[in-house]
Amino acid sequence: MTESILELQNVEKYFGDFVAVERINLEVKKGEFFTIVGPSGSGKTTMIRMLVGMDKPSRGDILMSGERVNDVPANRRPTCMVFQSLALFPHKTVGENIEFPLKLRGETKNNRKTRAIQLLEQLHLTEAYYAKKVSECSGGEKQRVALARALAFDPEILFFDEPLSALDYRLRKTLEKELKDIQRQTGKTFVYITHSLEEAMVMSDRISIMRDGRIVQIGTPDEIYNKPANSFVAQFMGEVNQFNVTRQDDARFLDTDTQDTYVGPPDADLQSGVLIVRPERIQILAEGEAADTEIAGTVQNQYVLGSRVQYEVKVTKRSLLVETMIGDAWNVGESVRLGWNSDQAFLLAR
Amino acid sequence: MNMPSKSYSVTDSSPERLPENRGSALNIRVRNTLLWFRQPGALLSLPALLIFVAGFIGPLGLVVIYSLMPERSFAFNQLPTLENFVTIFQEGYYISYAWSVWLALVSTLILIVICWPVAYGLSRIFRRSMILTLLLVLPLFVSENVRLFGWVLTLLNHGILDGTTRTLFGWELPDMLYNAPVTVLGMVYVYLPFMLFPMSLGISMVPDACREAAFDMGATRWQVFKEVELPLAMPGIMIGCLLSFVLVLGSISEAKILGGQSIIMISHDIETAFTYAQNWPLGSALSTLLILLTAVLVIGLLSRLNLDNLLSRK
Repeated sequence: MTESILELQNVEKYFGDFVAVERINLEVKKGEFFTIVGPSGSGKTTMIRMLVGMDKPSRGDILMSGERVNDVPANRRPTCMVFQSLALFPHKTVGENIEFPLKLRGETKNNRKTRAIQLLEQLHLTEAYYAKKVSECSGGEKQRVALARALAFDPEILFFDEPLSALDYRLRKTLEKELKDIQRQTGKTFVYITHSLEEAMVMSDRISIMRDGRIVQIGTPDEIYNKPANSFVAQFMGEVNQFNVTRQDDARFLDTDTQDTYVGPPDADLQSGVLIVRPERIQILAEGEAADTEIAGTVQNQYVLGSRVQYEVKVTKRSLLVETMIGDAWNVGESVRLGWNSDQAFLLAR
Repeated sequence: MNMPSKSYSVTDSSPERLPENRGSALNIRVRNTLLWFRQPGALLSLPALLIFVAGFIGPLGLVVIYSLMPERSFAFNQLPTLENFVTIFQEGYYISYAWSVWLALVSTLILIVICWPVAYGLSRIFRRSMILTLLLVLPLFVSENVRLFGWVLTLLNHGILDGTTRTLFGWELPDMLYNAPVTVLGMVYVYLPFMLFPMSLGISMVPDACREAAFDMGATRWQVFKEVELPLAMPGIMIGCLLSFVLVLGSISEAKILGGQSIIMISHDIETAFTYAQNWPLGSALSTLLILLTAVLVIGLLSRLNLDNLLSRK
């Protein structure tokens, strides 16, 4: 068991009557990539501002390596944040930006430059960037400079406030992986905030999902995906099929909207709730194939998502989303049989 | 260009092309001039351009021409002479210039120090509140001379301040009027808004995130000021310095009313030359030198500032 570097105990933050975050308990382990995910307004920005020391919690304690840091201001905490806007200094060159935390500590010019160039290299930027202006850098390059500056500070915990949100999809994907690599190389603790669970899945060791100022679930990406705590978490990952059901017998559930019956997970304790089946877990059954639950329908729409295709299939009173690998061609208007096995569905509280 | 010359080197073909090019260069220039007038806005700018030339460039030109005319003359169709400038250097006018520049420098420096905290509060704490801005601008609605006489009444022997302390405590205050410090006080008081508002604009241009990032990386309050706020607010500070420096350089009432002739500034000399002395050419020569001096100082400052560079940053 590795030691915990950051611990939150019953942390709450109020702004007047407004409760921004409520009863937050979590523990981040040393060397972990921990991500806090939540939609906008879920309190994640308030969280990170308290974690770096720019706001104080109204109640509860924040512990860093076992010590209470509630009242320690940001400039005396061994942490550093990469801002959403990056907050690079426009009047300084790339090199001066990276050297900034070292300059504050009174490092000599030569040491600073050596370290800055070392960091540029680590982030796949050439030495030529050292003398460049920040305004001459592209979005992705600025991102790397901001990260280099934070690494130059050599923090015990590195915080990220959605720094990739302004970049285009491909660049974001590249940088997500680079960030994960750098975290592995440096062995530092990264705490990352994002609204995209997809982004969190790629990078994180553990994910905490927030909603309305509270933590809904903390778990590994695998747990979040396969054992979501409730339908909010399940939907957060992407589009899902959900059915309002009540239990008929051990593994049979009655859809309260359409009166269809489905075979669901037998071990669920709930008597009623939401039955969730992810689009990629529903199969379009070929002749002779069988599944626990089978429904007949008509293909209504087809959306190509890149490597996968999503079909909207009309069944008696509703439509279902089904995803398959590209290449399985079903035409719009075609009649199909859908099916899923009981272990592909999960029953969650409403 | 003809085809065969293409196969030779560039130096071979250029002597043939040169005369032909010269002929067309004039055509091109005429066409370019006509094209300039066809740009959007070019014709619309003409009235403003005319007013600018007639109202600003014209009088300025007249002043320069007058400065080259013989002493105490009122016509400018005589032979140009430099005798006015010789007079200026012989008769100790440099003292007045020195006073003007020195007072402008001192006032500007004091204004920087006084205005920084006020501008900081105005742009960061009060978020450029309308009421506060109005209160700060309000004195500008009252004539400068009236406000300066207000100071005179306040600081005068047996005036508001001295009279009050005498009656209440029997204290006799030392003479406060008619010296250099009180002149500077008047200048700082009158030109405060011209430093304050550009400066507060400059401060509001400093992104909050930059300030927080520096703080987060361990900067002390002083380091945030030195490394982030001051350089990023510099365009505003420079504009404020420029305005107050130039205004003090050309000011006259503060030295006259509060300074009570203890200090003769160059603007006072210019006024005297034009009015009592009836020596327009000398006054013009003094003005021309002042304009040159201001231009040298201002252009020197502006070239170091590189406004475009600072303002186009993202």
